[in-house]
Amino acid sequence: MNQIFESILDPYYMQVLTLLGIYIIAALGLNLITGATGMFSFGHAAYFAVGAYGAAILTVNFGFPFYIALVAGGLMASLAAIIIGFPALRLTGDYLGIVTLGFGEIIRVVFLNMKITGGAIGLSGIAKETNLSIVIVLVMVTVYIMYALDNSRFGRALVAIREDDIAAESMGINVMTYKMKAFALGCFFAGIAGGLYSHLILYINPSDFGFAKSFEFLCFVVLGGLGSIPGVILGTTVLTLAPEFLRAVADYRMMIYGALMVFMMIIRPKGLLGDVNLHRIFFKKKYQKQANRSTAAGG
Amino acid sequence: MFEQQIINGLTLGSVYALIALGYTMVYGIIQLINFAHGEIYMIGAFAGVTMVTMLGQGFFVSITVAMLVCMVLGVVLERVAYRPLRKSTRLAALISAIGASIFLQNAMMLWKGPQPVGFPQVINDAIYHIGPIEVSKVQLIILATSAILMAVLNYIIKYVKIGKAMRAASQDYDTASLMGININRVISFTFAIGSALAAAAGVLVGMYFNSVAPLMGVMAGLKAFCAAVLGGIGSIPGAMLGGIFLGVAETMGIAAGFSTYKDAIAFTLLIIVLLFKPTGLLGKPIQRKV
Repeated sequence: MNQIFESILDPYYMQVLTLLGIYIIAALGLNLITGATGMFSFGHAAYFAVGAYGAAILTVNFGFPFYIALVAGGLMASLAAIIIGFPALRLTGDYLGIVTLGFGEIIRVVFLNMKITGGAIGLSGIAKETNLSIVIVLVMVTVYIMYALDNSRFGRALVAIREDDIAAESMGINVMTYKMKAFALGCFFAGIAGGLYSHLILYINPSDFGFAKSFEFLCFVVLGGLGSIPGVILGTTVLTLAPEFLRAVADYRMMIYGALMVFMMIIRPKGLLGDVNLHRIFFKKKYQKQANRSTAAGG
Repeated sequence: MFEQQIINGLTLGSVYALIALGYTMVYGIIQLINFAHGEIYMIGAFAGVTMVTMLGQGFFVSITVAMLVCMVLGVVLERVAYRPLRKSTRLAALISAIGASIFLQNAMMLWKGPQPVGFPQVINDAIYHIGPIEVSKVQLIILATSAILMAVLNYIIKYVKIGKAMRAASQDYDTASLMGININRVISFTFAIGSALAAAAGVLVGMYFNSVAPLMGVMAGLKAFCAAVLGGIGSIPGAMLGGIFLGVAETMGIAAGFSTYKDAIAFTLLIIVLLFKPTGLLGKPIQRKV
C-alpha cells in the first residue's frame, strides 16, 4: 500500500501527511481528556515524549520489534499519566492546567538530565519504521475507538463529569476513577503517537517536547471544536498544513500563523466544528422522518 | 555565602514579582491566563534597548518610555484579542492568548533577528561590600525600582478611585458593573498597569544580564505565572510573595548544585504548594455550592 502513496506523492508531502496523522492521534487523545471529560491538560507533549523516548530506547538499545515497542511506549505514557494523575487530578480548572504544565516541564528536564536518553544531545540512530500507510491504519483505529467510547457507558460518564461532577458523583459515578481512566487512556494515544513520531523523524531531543508542543496540541483540539471528533481532525489538519501553505510568505509565516489563531478563535469561539452536528447534516432525511413520525403520533 | 544568595534571589524574585502582578491582576478580574504577558515583558526590554542604543537615553528615560510603550500595547492586545472573547469559554480566550504570543514573538524576531541583543551599560556599575555580602549597584537599582513600583501600585489599588473599582470588579464583576463602574475601562486600565510593570521588569532584567532576546519572555513569563499561582492567583500580595519566594528558591537551588534542573525548580515548588494549599499561599479557599 505504501508503494502506491510513494508513486503519487513526493517524499516531502508524504512526510507532512504522516506527521499530520501522528498529530491527529495525539490530539484525539487530548480531546478525550479536555474535550470529553473537561480536564485541562497543558502538558500533553510530555506523554508524547515518554512514548517517543520509550519506544525509541526499546528498539535502539534493546532490539525490540517496532510494534511491541510502540505499544510499550503507549503503556509507559499511561503509567506516567497515572503517576502524575494521582496527585494532580484532585485539582480542577486552571489549577489542574498549570500543574500538568509543570509536570510536563519536569519530565522534559528529567529527559534532559538522563543518560539513557542522550541528554541534551538527543537520541539518534532510530530506524525508520513509520510510514504513511501504518499511520493511516492507526488513525482509523483511533477514530473508531473514539466513536465507540463516545457512545459507551464510559464515554457518557465522562461527559456527565464534564457537565457537573457533583451531580455525576451523586448518580453513582466514581469521579476520580473515571477521570484517572480517561487521563491514562488519552495519554496512551499520546504515547503511541510519540512512538510513531520518533520512528519517523529518527532523531529526538528534549527541546522538541516543550510546552510549546503541548499548547500546539491544545490549539488543535480547541480550534477544531472541543469534544467533536471530526472537529479535532479538521483543526489538526488546518493548523498542521497552514505553515506549509504559508511558505509563500516566507518570513511572515509564523506571524500570520499566530494572527490566524486569534482571528479564527474570534470568528468561531467554539471551534471550527464546535456546535455543528455532522451526523444531523449527513443524515438529514432520517432525522426528518423521525420528526414527522413523532408529530404524526402526537397528532 | 548564604546571605549572598539571599540578595541574588531577592533581585531575581523582585523581577518575577513585577511580572507576576500583571498575571494576577488580569486573572483576578476576568479569569484569563494572559499567556502573551511574557511577550509584553520581552517587548518592554527591547523598547528599553532601543532607547539606550538608538537614542542614547539614560536609565530613567528608557524605563519610562518602555513602560509607556507597553501600556499602549497591553491595552491594544486586550482590545483586539481578548475583548471579543470575553463571553466565550476560557479555553477559547487562552488559545487567542497563545496566538497573540506567537504573533508578538515572531514580529520581534523579524525586526531584530532571533539572536540575543546586547544591553549596553547605562549606569556605571560598582560593587559595595556590606560585611560579607557583595551587592552591585545594578542589583540595588533593581530592588529599589521594584519596591517603588510595588508601593505605587499598592497606593493606586488602595486609595485611587480606579484602583477601588478594580478591587470591586475582581470581587464581583456583575455587581460592580451594576454599581456604575465602567467595566471596560477598568479592564483596559488593569492591562495597562500590568503591562507597564512587565516592561519595567524587562528593562531591569536586560540591565542585569546585559542581553535581551525575542524568546526571553517564554520561560520568564511561565515562571512568573507559577509565582502568581504559588502566591494565590488573584491576590496582589500573593504575587509579590510568590515571586520573591520563587526567585530565592531558584537561586538557592542553583547554588546547591541543581543548575541543570534550574527550570524544574519553580514547577516542583508550585506542585508541592498546590497539593497542600490548592489555591496557593495567600489565595482564598474556593467554596463549592451544589
